[in-house]
Amino acid sequence: MRLKCPANFRIVRLPCTGKIDVIHILRAFEKGADGVYVVGCMEGDCHFKSGNFRARKRVEQAAKILDKIGVGGERVKMFNLSSGEGPLFAQYSIEMDKKIKELGPNPVKVALQAKKKAA
Amino acid sequence: MIIASKKPIEEIIQEVKDYKRLLILGCNECVTVCEAGGKKEVEVLASALRMHFIKEGNEKKIDEKTLERQCDHEYLEEIRGIVDNYDAILSLACGVGVQFTAEKYHSTPLIPGVNTCFLGANEQRGMWTERCQACGSCILARTGGICPISRCAKRVMNGPCGGSSKGKCEINKELDCAWQLIVDRLRDLGRLDDYEIVAPIKDWSTERAGGPRKVVREDVQV
Repeated sequence: MRLKCPANFRIVRLPCTGKIDVIHILRAFEKGADGVYVVGCMEGDCHFKSGNFRARKRVEQAAKILDKIGVGGERVKMFNLSSGEGPLFAQYSIEMDKKIKELGPNPVKVALQAKKKAA
Repeated sequence: MIIASKKPIEEIIQEVKDYKRLLILGCNECVTVCEAGGKKEVEVLASALRMHFIKEGNEKKIDEKTLERQCDHEYLEEIRGIVDNYDAILSLACGVGVQFTAEKYHSTPLIPGVNTCFLGANEQRGMWTERCQACGSCILARTGGICPISRCAKRVMNGPCGGSSKGKCEINKELDCAWQLIVDRLRDLGRLDDYEIVAPIKDWSTERAGGPRKVVREDVQV
């Protein structure tokens, strides 16, 4: 399809989005990610019945925690699409890239970089 | 098992903000099953606190450890070698675990990370309900296996009271009347005659009202 999408994100493959846990999302932020988005199958189409619903709940939990610690819950989002929707995948990545750029870099990463510079 | 719920992260941040080196100590028993203070919750809380304090320019050393139990000497001994590396311990165990850890490590401040709620059952995923108040003298044999002490709002011994309506309690229309459940179960068991027996006055001295309690079993002591 040769679709265009941003080159600044890394894909972490999971057997099912139901495998994702809050800690995986938080660790990404701890390691300096500016945003995380989870792409699962269409709701109701999960091969394991409820994997994508579980993922959505965990994404919401992670967002709540990120809000409370001042990193920003809007940096994490869940999308649903089917495996045949490549153009939509590209569109979501562009959407997320735009949103994260508007939000600016991860404040945890900024604080760590500032500390390194000062040292 | 003992049911606990997570404390709000804002409250925990307030309690730990002045300590530079913090150990988050989980427990592998009840609080793991009720998803409030097990290894997973320790990881999530540690990660969140680390990020928060880095962002605030107040970076801390925050380590994680989960013990098999915090209410047993032998498991608590596992941290004896490392406890001096920390200014405080944030324990995600129930109140028993927090206190026992505090007793054992007298000079280290202990902060609870969960609210200990009650003795309950895992009714369904994400829902825990009270079943026992540890009154110290069990009467379940007479009440069809349903406890009027923990499940009746008034702890009525010869119920139901006048607030029971269509099988529900007057304090909450969604709450089953314990005595309705008892009568139904006794009927199903063919033991409704037991319901006619007036329960004697309960000896509350074995309950918490009699002060802190102790069980001593000389037969198992060494």
